[in-house]
Amino acid sequence: MAFLDKHKAIETHATLLMVLSLLVVAIGGIVQIVPLFYLENTIEKVEGVRPYTPLELAGQEIYLREGCYVCHSQMIRPMRDEVERYGHYSLAAESQYDHPFQWGSKRTGPDLARVGGKYSDAWHVDHLTDPQSVVPESVMPKYGFLSNVKLDGKYIADRMEASAMVGVPYTDDQIASAVADFAAQADPNADTTGLLERYGKATVSNFDGQAGVTEMDALIAYLQVLGTMVDFSTFTPDASR
Amino acid sequence: MCAKQVTKQPAKQVETTGHSWDGIEELNNPLPRWWVWVFYLTILWGIGYVIAYPAWPLIKGATPGLLHASTRADVDAEIKRFDDANAPIKAKLVAADLNAIIGDKELMAYAEPAGASVFRNNCAQCHGSGAAGVQGKGYPNLLDNDWLWGGDMEAIHTTITHGIRNTTDPEARYSEMPKFGVDGLLEPAQIDAVVEHVLAISGQEHDAAKAAEGATLFADNCSACHGEQGMGDRAQGAPNLTDAIWLYGGDRDTIKHTVTYARFGVMPNWAGRLSEDEIRAVAAYVHSRGGGE
Repeated sequence: MAFLDKHKAIETHATLLMVLSLLVVAIGGIVQIVPLFYLENTIEKVEGVRPYTPLELAGQEIYLREGCYVCHSQMIRPMRDEVERYGHYSLAAESQYDHPFQWGSKRTGPDLARVGGKYSDAWHVDHLTDPQSVVPESVMPKYGFLSNVKLDGKYIADRMEASAMVGVPYTDDQIASAVADFAAQADPNADTTGLLERYGKATVSNFDGQAGVTEMDALIAYLQVLGTMVDFSTFTPDASR
Repeated sequence: MCAKQVTKQPAKQVETTGHSWDGIEELNNPLPRWWVWVFYLTILWGIGYVIAYPAWPLIKGATPGLLHASTRADVDAEIKRFDDANAPIKAKLVAADLNAIIGDKELMAYAEPAGASVFRNNCAQCHGSGAAGVQGKGYPNLLDNDWLWGGDMEAIHTTITHGIRNTTDPEARYSEMPKFGVDGLLEPAQIDAVVEHVLAISGQEHDAAKAAEGATLFADNCSACHGEQGMGDRAQGAPNLTDAIWLYGGDRDTIKHTVTYARFGVMPNWAGRLSEDEIRAVAAYVHSRGGGE
């Protein structure tokens, strides 16, 4: 391997060293970066996945702020035990509008990818306020303070615009009506035709059971939509993925 | 281990790289042979892996690899293996008459443990891991023989399938207690009277004068659902008010709160999440906990 002994020529020639280093680093970079340009093909097309409503989006922000992801993942892996326990394995499309995504396999609490609709809103209030009151064996901390913080959705349109910049298909109409939709989803007596027109399926409920919109409303709205967007009775998996 | 002094090889026996800086030279020791071979082996393994398994991302998805490995196909096959093994008993469970299940030893031998695992995963969060509910919180105890919507197999099966007062299933069991205080249906003094009456019929300490007044109010406002004697009505999920079993609590303050603000307990529908055999199994499990009728 005589050519290996030629490194003196490279090591003593600054320009050559730089050019060749760049070349080597570029190869590594290309291997990692180029697939991102056709990332789309890794997400199979699935019916029903829509961007979060303003209230759900606010709920996701609270989920992130409180660090729920430290104990709860949102990714059901394609393994029998997980599918039996949590439901159909997660699809990439189901978290395509999550920024950041909530995948993971480190669980202190259960996976939440399909927790939507599994429990009543009142249970979520009881459980978030005092988890041990309903599940005595739980080690989850209490989040009752969420009920005390009122939200007005003042900045939620900005948050939606930020999402739109990284590819979440929020329409101008959705962003313009953000504050109205934000309040309407937590009020069963409100006129929700606009909200439902803009987002299709959305659960309207006074999630926390008290007047006004609180962080508790937002978080429960978010939890109640998780994993409910795709109708798996119409879904045929592509086995090559 | 360090007792023996390790003697370095004299520099003369090893070639140098030929570089010399300020008289310091760099020895050109060869890499250990085992390390070099392991290194070459990993390269070979890598090439083999790329050929055998899905690897390179292309425009229309990744290269499939010669083995056509697929985690999705694997998990489907594994689930199918267990489904196939249980298929005969599941088919029998689904075909059986609901009321016949509990008497059938063979079916119960499957339904009880299967139902127990469904219960622990889906029901225990509200009804407790031992099915005792959460006293005073509105999560009913399933062990006793006090049932809101009925405790025979058919009633339990219907409740699990469609749920109670949820918005996702149009066939969900439904009834709504009026908010007598909030909506101004009763004056505060009248509510106090009704509360005394409820305390009276449930055999608790009460104010007899107020209770007498409350009896008339009860007959006018509450008896349509709770019955004239306050024994409840399962068709409407109206609880029996004369016993000592309370969903949200039976003391004066709690009853007053209930009459003022009403209660609206929700149970999700499980038909979408559980299959028919799972629903039947968990219904049989709940029925066999002690309160089944």
